[in-house]
Amino acid sequence: MSDRVSADPGYDYLDGNAAAGPLSELFAVDITGARGRCAHCGRTDVLATARMYPNSHGLLLRCPGCTEILLRLVDTGDCVRLDLHGLSYLELRRL
Amino acid sequence: MRTGWNVAEVISVKSETRQARTLRLRLPGLTGHRAGQHVDVRLTAPDGYTAVRSYSVASALPGDELDITVEELDDGEVSPYLVRQVAVGDQLEVRGPVGGWFVWDPSDASPVQLIAGGSGVVPLMAMLRAHAADGTDAGYAAPFRLLYSVRGPDSVFYRAELAELAASPLVEVTFIYTRTSPPGSSTPPGRLDAATLATSVLPPTDNPAVFICGATAFVETVADWLTQAGHSPARIKTERYGGTGTRP
Amino acid sequence: MGIISPGFLGRRRRDDPALPPGQYLTESFPVLSAGPTPRIAPEDWEFTITTETGAVHRWNWDEFLALKQDDVTTDIHCVTSWSKLGTSWRGVSLDTLFESVESEAEFTMAHSYGGYTTNVPLEDLLDGKAWIAHQFDGETLEPEHGGPARLLVPHLYFWKSAKWVTGLEMLRQDEPGFWESNGYHMYGDPWREERYW
Repeated sequence: MSDRVSADPGYDYLDGNAAAGPLSELFAVDITGARGRCAHCGRTDVLATARMYPNSHGLLLRCPGCTEILLRLVDTGDCVRLDLHGLSYLELRRL
Repeated sequence: MRTGWNVAEVISVKSETRQARTLRLRLPGLTGHRAGQHVDVRLTAPDGYTAVRSYSVASALPGDELDITVEELDDGEVSPYLVRQVAVGDQLEVRGPVGGWFVWDPSDASPVQLIAGGSGVVPLMAMLRAHAADGTDAGYAAPFRLLYSVRGPDSVFYRAELAELAASPLVEVTFIYTRTSPPGSSTPPGRLDAATLATSVLPPTDNPAVFICGATAFVETVADWLTQAGHSPARIKTERYGGTGTRP
Repeated sequence: MGIISPGFLGRRRRDDPALPPGQYLTESFPVLSAGPTPRIAPEDWEFTITTETGAVHRWNWDEFLALKQDDVTTDIHCVTSWSKLGTSWRGVSLDTLFESVESEAEFTMAHSYGGYTTNVPLEDLLDGKAWIAHQFDGETLEPEHGGPARLLVPHLYFWKSAKWVTGLEMLRQDEPGFWESNGYHMYGDPWREERYW
């Protein structure tokens, strides 16, 4: 995995897959496989397809369509705070 | 799903290339993993400074063991430690394996097209190994192909094993050498382009499950070429590693 | 704290008594991106100050460069624990920009191209404490580091120095910006380690 920022500036994001680990501290199931609807533009797809921007301030997933924030996770050391208001819903299929 | 950080023990190390090494880890309590998943590894310095990185799992093993293959990056912070310093018997903090979307299960009978850009071959190797472990039992007949874009023969991970698998009916492997061709090769090195991609991969009419992994620029470009060639976006799954590479 | 990884030291970093608590010196200049890097051509750039009554003060790139320019050498501290000492910038002081602005509001929200926001009290922008910077280390500020221009408020944690700044909105009361609404401190004084709520 990358330790540094892109040589190609247009592609400086990672996959939503990479959020699975941090999100596992809050959710009992892996939500990167869940479909979510962007509250801004309505694009609905699996969270793993979202774009994760590498930022040590917090984990950010952005909509690949409109680039608005889908979710924001901040780890302050003694607590983890998740902002989901960029998603109007999450849908997970029962197997 | 395993949550939280757990202590794993390094039970073996194996060099893949001059820059990359596979670490086999034992995670007590793990009961198998899915092909395509990844783990997060956390290192802690004596003053409490921590660094966390994600690594794809390369293996398809039952039980409490899994392999990660790490490539040392020039200005890396964690990779040099994992490739040059970690030794058998050392402990690492690991979270996961996680990731339920970029996975391949043997129960899926579709044809499979794997496309790797450099170190992106790691999770795809897990899928190939899962296929190999399953194929002989179930007589899995659907075609499996791997397209592996790599700098040169010295950069190939799992070289011997891939050669063996490629010689079997289980998978067809195509190497794209971008900088150095193997000795005696009549093909000059060159980057992957849309035309070569189209001739090397399973056609859209086969409706293959496609898995692309590598640097973000490589993955996005290849995915675009595939959809332009008629593959359905819904059948393409990607694992983008961010920015260590450039376009194909 | 997790188990210590024997022999792991991480990126070169040094403790230094000149640093605020919990900070380490870095030789590099890490780029933390919260989203796609905006690409704004100078001819399209503008900076506005909007008062609490709706009055708008606007500068385009040429007008901005024609203002009094300051050369600043200062230390910067990122909440993610890296610090750089003696960084050099060129930009326009907020004192210069506020000369023509009448406002009774005590708080501001900085807005950036791309949607980032961060709140800073007005008194922390004035009296030689803040600039709109367009050069770093003698060179034009690169987009990855916030160019064409970024807010520079070095006495607060560096997330307050909004990259790609496009304006300031005057507020009658303090409101949380992008990170402040999700766990980060409203004020952010590195010397009192005001990192989180």
